[in-house]
Amino acid sequence: MATTSVEASKTVIERKKAPAKSLATRLFRERYGFLLLLPGLLYFIWFRYVPMLGNIIAFEDYSPFKGFLHSDWVGLKHFKRIFEDAEVIRVLWNTLWLSFLQIAFAFPVPIVLALMLNEVKNQRIKRIIQSVVYLPHFLSWVVVVGIVTIFLKTEGIVNKGLDFAFGMEAIPFLQQPGWFMPLIVLEVIWKEAGWGTIIFLAALAGVNPTLYEAAIVDGANRWRQLWHITLPAIRGTIIILLILRLGSVLDSGFTQIFLMLNPFTMDVGNVLDTFVYFKGIQQSDFSFGTAVGLFKGLVGLVLILAANKIAKKFGEDGVF
Amino acid sequence: MPIKRTLSDRITDGINLLLLLVLSFVMVFPFYYITAVSFSSYQEYMNTELLLFPKNWVLDAYRFIFDSKEFIRSIGVTVYITVVGSIVSLLLTSTMAFALTRRLWGQRFYLFLVLFTFIFGAGMIPTYLIVKATGLIDSYWSLIIPDAISSFNLIVMRQFFMSIPEELNEAAVIDGANDWQIYTRIILPLSKPALAAFGLFYAVGQWNTYFNAILYLNDPAKWTVQVILRQIVILDDAANTLASAAREAARSAHLPPPETIGMAAIILATIPILIVYPFLQKHFAKGVMLGSVKG
Repeated sequence: MATTSVEASKTVIERKKAPAKSLATRLFRERYGFLLLLPGLLYFIWFRYVPMLGNIIAFEDYSPFKGFLHSDWVGLKHFKRIFEDAEVIRVLWNTLWLSFLQIAFAFPVPIVLALMLNEVKNQRIKRIIQSVVYLPHFLSWVVVVGIVTIFLKTEGIVNKGLDFAFGMEAIPFLQQPGWFMPLIVLEVIWKEAGWGTIIFLAALAGVNPTLYEAAIVDGANRWRQLWHITLPAIRGTIIILLILRLGSVLDSGFTQIFLMLNPFTMDVGNVLDTFVYFKGIQQSDFSFGTAVGLFKGLVGLVLILAANKIAKKFGEDGVF
Repeated sequence: MPIKRTLSDRITDGINLLLLLVLSFVMVFPFYYITAVSFSSYQEYMNTELLLFPKNWVLDAYRFIFDSKEFIRSIGVTVYITVVGSIVSLLLTSTMAFALTRRLWGQRFYLFLVLFTFIFGAGMIPTYLIVKATGLIDSYWSLIIPDAISSFNLIVMRQFFMSIPEELNEAAVIDGANDWQIYTRIILPLSKPALAAFGLFYAVGQWNTYFNAILYLNDPAKWTVQVILRQIVILDDAANTLASAAREAARSAHLPPPETIGMAAIILATIPILIVYPFLQKHFAKGVMLGSVKG
């Protein structure tokens, strides 16, 4: 035993001594590994990292005819527009307001749902309910928004039901600006709440059952067990997911919003993601659209790093 | 230790279960309603105040959809993209995931490149311009290549490969196998369930593709089922040929109203997901959990 470990450490030292010769040999020896790495690596470079460099058109007056090497350099002009344009300010405000609503109303739902599911003792019933609440996650946004459209149209079942039960006039839910954000949040809850429980349920499954037995011996009722054992068990998970959520406060989910928007709700519902699409792609204002997108990405990056740091200060694990 | 359940425990459990059942109902009811109405006739849909169960079930809406070229063609396009896209995605993801488990020169750097995309993305317009510069606009490959690898799936798959006992690799290396042989003869055969799960994830993603289709495909003849579905159900405007033709036809010949056609279209676009869902469900919880373990 002793001799082999000495020999092992010797070979380590020898390897460290001769790096110059080794790189070429090493690359040759690992050529099949690199062969497997190459397609994926090329994908990441070309479709993820070259576009990151492509963000420099935010500092140009990009013209597709001149290309991004020869377009005129304009410095921060487009970033100044972000803060001078009343439309962008409103879009930014819509984005932040939606994010606030999502964190306040949609974020806690999977936690509560997981706690409720965790209390179901009959495993078969629990599994059936889980299958049902996970399902909407796999539907497309077109289907979800389509269902909502069918239900909430002036001649849809909700209005028919309201008329049937209370004799109410039809409410044009989809055209009234006031309903836009609540509907977005409700759709997110309907589609993703069940899916979001998975990670909390896993955290809850890891709780040592003897903790509950000890608590019962100490006379704790169900609510005290929830407060002192169950909730602390998932606190770390909640904080990590909250950090990730904070990092994406400016991400609103393009497809859903885009599908819900119509001329009546444009003022309250247009968010940064859809704004970038309308400006950049539909109106070909590439540089301005890119500037708004880059601004969004950088704010997200700063937020996630800051939130992570704060979490670590408070003694939590953080994400990285 | 048997835990004694008090009366208040039973009441709490009862209320809890009741709430969960109400919630499950909320999740299921839209499907029921849309299925039911899609089978109802024109007269019944128009004349019934609250249609929850059609008296006579008819196939008019489905017949109309199967007669329309647009919807059927979009289904064909989507099936093609789903099959080819899932295979391409699986190949690219699994080769790279495996390569990232090998101690290649610069391995940490490649891993960093992948992980960094979790916190910073390039943005819509530069990505669009690159896809355009690559010459993919109006090609089906624009729906397959630009999102071929999901960084999340890649990391989860790498984690899965690392859980395969290292001894197997060592034995293969001693037998003179190179990384390519280890990948094809050991890793892939041992990972069939994981590959099936990720394949299904990619397939569901492709089937649901909407954004890339409107971004990269200008030619309506190439539209995917989700784009057509939006035209029928959400826009339902005069510019949309299928819905307006349906409205005209309904007016003149008592054919199915656009509403039931829209519902039938939703059902048809969702059926493939409902078919693969049981297979998906077997694997996804494990997959998601693997992903939460840091790489």
